[in-house]
Amino acid sequence: MLLRDTWAWLTDPASWEGPNGLLELTLEHLAVAALSTAIAVVVALPGALWLGHRHRGKFLVAAFVNVGRAVPSFGIIVVAAVLFIRAGLPADFWPLVIALVLLALPPIFTSAHTAVGEVDPALVEAARGMGLGGGQVLRRVELPLALPLVMNGIRIAFAQVIATVALGAVVSSGGGLGQPIIVGFATLRTGGDVLLLGGAILVALLTLVADRLFALLQRLATPAGVRRLSTPRVDRRAA
Amino acid sequence: MTELVAALDVDAMISLEHVSKKFSGNIAPAVTDLTLDVPQGEIVVLVGPSGCGKTTILKMINRLIEPSAGTITVAGHDIRDLRPADLRRGIGYVIQQVGLLPHRTIAANIATVPRLLGWDNARIRGRVDELIELVGLDDDMRDRYPSELSGGQRQRVGVARALAADPPVLLMDEPFGAVDPIVRGRLQQELLKIQQTLHKTIVIVTHDIDEAILLGDRIAILEIGGRLAQYATPAEILANPASDFVADFLGEERGLKRLSLIELRMLDIPPGPVVERTDTAATARRTMSDHRTDWVGILDGRRLLGWAWERDLPVSGPIDGVSPREFRATLPSTATLRQAVDAVVRDHNQVAVVIDGDRYVGMLFVDQIAQELQR
Amino acid sequence: MNLDAALLGQSTPLIRWDWIWDHRDDVLDRLLEHLELTVLSVGLGLAVSLVLALIALRLPRTYGVISGLSGILYTIPSLAAFAFLVPVFGFSTTTAVVPLASYTLLILVRSIVEGLRAVPAEVLESADGMGYTRGRRLWTVELPIAMPVIIGGLRVATVTVVGLVTVTALIGLGGLGFFILNGLRRSILFPTEVFLGTVAAIALAAVLDVLLLGVERLLTPWARRQARQVD
Repeated sequence: MLLRDTWAWLTDPASWEGPNGLLELTLEHLAVAALSTAIAVVVALPGALWLGHRHRGKFLVAAFVNVGRAVPSFGIIVVAAVLFIRAGLPADFWPLVIALVLLALPPIFTSAHTAVGEVDPALVEAARGMGLGGGQVLRRVELPLALPLVMNGIRIAFAQVIATVALGAVVSSGGGLGQPIIVGFATLRTGGDVLLLGGAILVALLTLVADRLFALLQRLATPAGVRRLSTPRVDRRAA
Repeated sequence: MTELVAALDVDAMISLEHVSKKFSGNIAPAVTDLTLDVPQGEIVVLVGPSGCGKTTILKMINRLIEPSAGTITVAGHDIRDLRPADLRRGIGYVIQQVGLLPHRTIAANIATVPRLLGWDNARIRGRVDELIELVGLDDDMRDRYPSELSGGQRQRVGVARALAADPPVLLMDEPFGAVDPIVRGRLQQELLKIQQTLHKTIVIVTHDIDEAILLGDRIAILEIGGRLAQYATPAEILANPASDFVADFLGEERGLKRLSLIELRMLDIPPGPVVERTDTAATARRTMSDHRTDWVGILDGRRLLGWAWERDLPVSGPIDGVSPREFRATLPSTATLRQAVDAVVRDHNQVAVVIDGDRYVGMLFVDQIAQELQR
Repeated sequence: MNLDAALLGQSTPLIRWDWIWDHRDDVLDRLLEHLELTVLSVGLGLAVSLVLALIALRLPRTYGVISGLSGILYTIPSLAAFAFLVPVFGFSTTTAVVPLASYTLLILVRSIVEGLRAVPAEVLESADGMGYTRGRRLWTVELPIAMPVIIGGLRVATVTVVGLVTVTALIGLGGLGFFILNGLRRSILFPTEVFLGTVAAIALAAVLDVLLLGVERLLTPWARRQARQVD
């Protein structure tokens, strides 16, 4: 029975050991996701925070969101891989990361921009009145208050990225836990269905667990006073 | 439901018998043992302080709220015998915020209940045209949307909509509360005018005692807990309030409120100090001394030209050379005694001049008004 | 994965327009397939979401559970979702449509609930007072008024699904995703196809988005009229 076989495979320690074992793949999966998200944060956050603080670039946000949603992540991954291959570069890692960074940019940018922009204007005005300069207002007032929403955007991006890493297995030997799934598709008649199901379960679990853990981290990282104030209203796919 | 009414020969269109309502979660009942009859063709106003249950009572009539106890009959039928939707299609319902369907045109809004009842399109169209005219709207409003109308216009549409299927009964919950006083006054007068033609049975809820006195054939004053404090005609309540609560609720200047019930044409209005243009100065002076005034009104046949001070008049001879001063404000004979008091206070001759169209009727002085109060 | 052999493709131009023109019939076929999968998935998602939304409105306590479950379904990666269903339904349209529909639940349920909740209370009261039955009120009053919000959610759902349909190339469907995968899997790497698939998918998403916006404009002429009158 498929389920029993899958369970057996998942609980067999041998599946987890070794260079292509599940443990390695899981770690690789997480590493790729974390790196991509981190890069996206570094790229998007400063600009988003500053523009949000200055209340500029609102149309950019809307455009970003719409375009971001319309671009198929599968397409971008393959395009990036193809370009790298044509240029003679190794395509196992960086194309995937680049594609994932692009995927993560919209939610991070828009959440941060909106979060800073929607801080109570009365508070900003009070801070200015006390003599704080622009940068200080951003650092001391807007940022702490915007933190929950900013982190929410990062969490959404992270979840999206983890979900998409698996597609990398289509183009290369990367793609973390997407590997068993892709191999499973290819070897369906020869017992590949176990890999298929097992891989799918692991990917889904990883995504869910990582998302919840991030949520926990989010709550811990937010100062208590701010936590009570804000309620992230942002849709999971930052709309 | 409208067909049921034709066969009716009971006097009360709406009858509430020992009706109570208690909401779960509240200690005190909202309505306590209310028994009330609404006669056919009359306007009954439910009035009282906040929390007196007046809106609850209204909503029990069309079953938006179900009574906890007691029976309500409309047109002789227990309302529980009908499906709520069917009952409501036979009763017009107007609320303060109107609640026009924003996604339908004015014409479609008015046609709502006829459409629910399955009227054919030609009949609906005719009825909508009729009603738009009745409530005083322009014909080009048919295809507009509610968001394009002003508050007063929306209220009119609300009334038209409620009357569309020609229901025998109309329920109105603070219908004019959301518009400014000038518009409210206009709408109130128009409601009275419409009622003169249609003779509907109308129940109105309001917190405004003046509105109740103006509109109601009968007024039900309610206390907190939905208890009936007094149920009578406005004149009766103003003359004989049944309790201290009622007297307090009527407010100060109860006497003045009674004055607004009396129209000038119901009185004998004396001619006052007037002379013809062709009369002599001596006649004028005699008239003035008879009335103890230092001024006189000048007529030309039945038209009042104006007035003149004693010192404007020549020492002797005809007065037709005198240019009459204008009376600043005049009242028609349909005005109320209360308006006459207001005129007397404002006019520097301290008189209320009554003119119907072109025809001079008479003048009222303060002491004459006071005499009316004694009656 | 023919990464070594792919180096041979370096000499060809990046995009071969003549190839695209020659294969325009295939492009059209795949486009229609893509459209069909999108419409089926969003349609199914909408129907289910409507039911769930009505349940959530009637029994407010269930909204949290419904939202939570939709959220979990949304989090499951598309590749995994397809993989779950292949053993059950094989490489069929069902395997594709069911997960895609489930991705729309989160946004659609929320849109429908929020849209219906935003109907003003006095409109509901006057509708009841006039004698609307609950059912008729829902279909002829509440849903039409909630249209802008619902279509807003529908646009997001549709654009998202168009992107995800490309992944179904891995289970033999894919619509425009077929080109993306095929360009990769050929013995000689063929970027034209990959670009074609990607760009066409983006274009399709944009067109559908604008179409739905047009539908919204058509269905809600009342939403844009402003008050011009003063008493």
